[in-house]
Amino acid sequence: MSSAVLSTSAALGRPFLFDADSEPEVRCHPERSGKGAKRISRGVEGSLPYSDPRLASVTPASRLEIRPAPEMVTSGIPALDALTGGLPRGCLTEICGPASSGRTTVLLAALAAATRRGEYCAVIDASDALDPHSLAAAGIDLDHLLWVRCGDDIQQKVPKSTKESAGAPPLSRTLRQGGGFDFPSQDPMGFQQREAGSSPRCEGNSSLEKFARNTRLPEHRLEQVLRATDLLLESGGFGLIILELADLPPQSARRIPLTTWFRFRRAVEHKPTILLAIEQQPIAGSCSALLLQLGMPSTSDAIRLKSQTMKWTKTMNYTQADSSREAAARESPARQCRVSPEKGTQSHRDGTDFGGITADDALNVMHIAHPTHAHLLTELQIHAELIRSRLDRKPSRSVMFETKTAWAG
Amino acid sequence: MFACIYVPNFPVAAALRAEPELLAHAIAIFEGKPPLEQILAVNETARELGISPGMSKAQAELCSDILLRPRSPLQESSAHSALLDCAQSFSPTVEDTARDTVLLDLAGMESLFGSLTKISHAISDRAIALGLAATVASASNPDAAVLAARGFSAAPASCRLSRGHPAPAPDSAPNPRIIVIPAGKEAERLGPLPVEVLFDDHLQGDPKQAAERLLETLARWGIRNLRALAALPEIALSERLGQQGLHLQKLACGTASRTLVPVEAPLVFEEAIELEHPIVLLEPLAFLLNRLLEQLCARLASRALATQELCLTLELSNLTGVDDELENPGIPSESDEAESSRVMWGQPPSAVRRSEAPLHHHRQPKFTRKLSLPLPMLDAKVFLKLLQLDLNAHPPGAPIVKIHLSAEPARPRSAQGGLFLPPSPEPEKLELTLARIAGIVGEQKVGAVELLDTHHPEGFRMRRFVAEVARKAPQKKTPDAAEAQAAVTALRRFRPPLLANVTLENGQPTYLVCRRKEVQGEVLWKAGPWRFSGDWWEREAWSRDEWDLALRNDEAVAFYRLVHDLLNGGWFVEGTYD
Repeated sequence: MSSAVLSTSAALGRPFLFDADSEPEVRCHPERSGKGAKRISRGVEGSLPYSDPRLASVTPASRLEIRPAPEMVTSGIPALDALTGGLPRGCLTEICGPASSGRTTVLLAALAAATRRGEYCAVIDASDALDPHSLAAAGIDLDHLLWVRCGDDIQQKVPKSTKESAGAPPLSRTLRQGGGFDFPSQDPMGFQQREAGSSPRCEGNSSLEKFARNTRLPEHRLEQVLRATDLLLESGGFGLIILELADLPPQSARRIPLTTWFRFRRAVEHKPTILLAIEQQPIAGSCSALLLQLGMPSTSDAIRLKSQTMKWTKTMNYTQADSSREAAARESPARQCRVSPEKGTQSHRDGTDFGGITADDALNVMHIAHPTHAHLLTELQIHAELIRSRLDRKPSRSVMFETKTAWAG
Repeated sequence: MFACIYVPNFPVAAALRAEPELLAHAIAIFEGKPPLEQILAVNETARELGISPGMSKAQAELCSDILLRPRSPLQESSAHSALLDCAQSFSPTVEDTARDTVLLDLAGMESLFGSLTKISHAISDRAIALGLAATVASASNPDAAVLAARGFSAAPASCRLSRGHPAPAPDSAPNPRIIVIPAGKEAERLGPLPVEVLFDDHLQGDPKQAAERLLETLARWGIRNLRALAALPEIALSERLGQQGLHLQKLACGTASRTLVPVEAPLVFEEAIELEHPIVLLEPLAFLLNRLLEQLCARLASRALATQELCLTLELSNLTGVDDELENPGIPSESDEAESSRVMWGQPPSAVRRSEAPLHHHRQPKFTRKLSLPLPMLDAKVFLKLLQLDLNAHPPGAPIVKIHLSAEPARPRSAQGGLFLPPSPEPEKLELTLARIAGIVGEQKVGAVELLDTHHPEGFRMRRFVAEVARKAPQKKTPDAAEAQAAVTALRRFRPPLLANVTLENGQPTYLVCRRKEVQGEVLWKAGPWRFSGDWWEREAWSRDEWDLALRNDEAVAFYRLVHDLLNGGWFVEGTYD
């Protein structure tokens, strides 16, 4: 079963040329290029109705060492592209890491790059955690982004009438909740009726049932994610589909059967779609063509940010003292920005050093109408390590890059 | 040249169009108020069983194999509209001659559709696609076409004014439903037709009596067919029957000439079906919906139109009937009509965006669902799936006795994808996918994001995701510009925010404890507070201080946004920077 091992001229986009002068475009295993290869060549030559001696140089696809290289597209972060070559189309890519390791930053960068290319993207958000303002700040075309927000139990949306709680007849309740309506043949998932039918059981008021419902919540979210992913992969036409499992506990995420990942890999294969999974720990096994591990922020990052804070605070004091009237005019009642004042600061307009900050630095931030707190996270360093790549068999490498800017508030 | 499309035995044809599975059965259409219902029309199989128009319903019921259907004006109206659509798809000049007859001018159509025979076959095929078995006759003048269509049709004679058996079709037309009369041969081809064909079937009152008197006179003279009428001397005929006699002779000769009265068929696409027995399951409902949708789509396709909005109206069985049938003693009282109807239809109070408020009638409640599509579509299977998903999410909750489906016509989309443009999801597939995902996560939880003009932290809303074919190539930004957009520190929100206990020193947080174990620990670094407030002029005012924190939990360090609600006094972890 080596269906994935095929590499011909067609796979590489080159014409078939059986020219003796041309170099062979495929490579054989060294150990297989001996007697076996000659025997195969003789067999091929003898079996073909036309005996062209040039066909003896043709190597069967099963003997090929290289695979068709998937098309690589930029991830939106040049440092990551230099590390991995980009994100492969038609493959599953895993990006994992702990909280604050930069997973969402990479996600937004990939989304922004895809929407800049004019592609449609979909995010299946298991924990409903995306911030739309961050999406817009990252330069994502929101019209090209489909956001599937999982995690809300739709069973809780079914209104509960007073008559029903007072003990209405069961048949009437079945009709009111659509119990008589089902079409299993038309619904490939076959879930909706079961959910509607099971809602009376799930809406119990006892604490035990509430506890059971809470413990089932990650599984319920996971179920929603997998179903939505199946449907989107089947629909096609998306350039980037992201499974956002970053907040899902690893023990819950590991419950995804490996067959599901195989199915996803097969569904996305030979399609121009990038399937990207964001998670805490790698869970797809060998189904992912690329595995990227993002590192945890260190204490030194916090110390550097602390000094950055001081720098910003002083800068803001400088600019506020110099243009307090303009700032007051800019600020709206609905949005105010306040910086802790520090007494004894002085302003200099001659470009000399001002507590480690020059006036030029201060002027550089003047263009920001409302410098918000998240600007202080600028230059937050993200450490990425390439764990596995189907395309690159070199040892693991790592790269570090910084965030440019941030938005908040 | 003119063509006439005639649907013989129209009430039966309309019923068969709504229920094609009845084609092999003996059916009879009755009308009238009980107990005086009378048989109006029957098909050939019923006639062989001895059922004929004019019999009472009770008499017809003695035959066990007969299927009786009440006359449905709505079905006949739909069939008539389909007939007009069929004619309009071939010629812009269409005359609505009668309920079962449509005339169209074929002048200049040969260059588009070919010879008259080809046009006639195409019209017949189009009518069959619309569910109507029509007879198409073409002639050089309108009246000759009408006479040929009515006379040569295979309609049973009993459904007309005691007309006798239909005349055999000419040998030149192998299909008995296609009649092509060359110019100059009208009298020869119309000659064998009986004289009853000169009078309309649907005459009522005095015109009908006058027609019967004329037929009686002609019968006394021994005039049985049009050839005999055409051979009568004009002056003698004029002396005895007046101008009406001369007009009838011209009709028999095929020389009567008149101009068409063109009509502009209204763009109303409605189909309906009344059920003899209420249905309570979605599967048979889907079967009927499929039939209606196919008819609607065929009609829309014949007019080169698509639809962007489907409206499904289900007439439900009255409440007493529901409970009686289900033997359910919990009958909602009349005083609780509003509440009970809402619960019964199973709609959540927050009405879905594609739904419309159910219409309230006193004893015949109606359930209406409106399916708005982002783009004009014309695929009956897609429509059926969407309606199924919608009905599954919002069941009507009562037996259905009548189905009415209407489509709002729209011009079909004419977008063409470019070779060098990135692929986009197919609108039909995408709409189905979105409907299915909405069934999984909820309708308000899937779509595109739209930012609102507010500074509220959650100032956005979800809107419908539409994947239009890109009309222009994506903007190619310079590498510097693309790089400048990259690597933006993102905020991940906790929905809802996590309630936190915060230890303060000099008004600044130093330690944080939260319900989540990973979101608690010593504050390594902090920045803030930044005060935000808004909507103070409304009831939902908000005011808060925001902090950015670096928390150390064991060996892990993570960045969070901490919020102090100044109005309610709580501390919340709103999200994490990731």
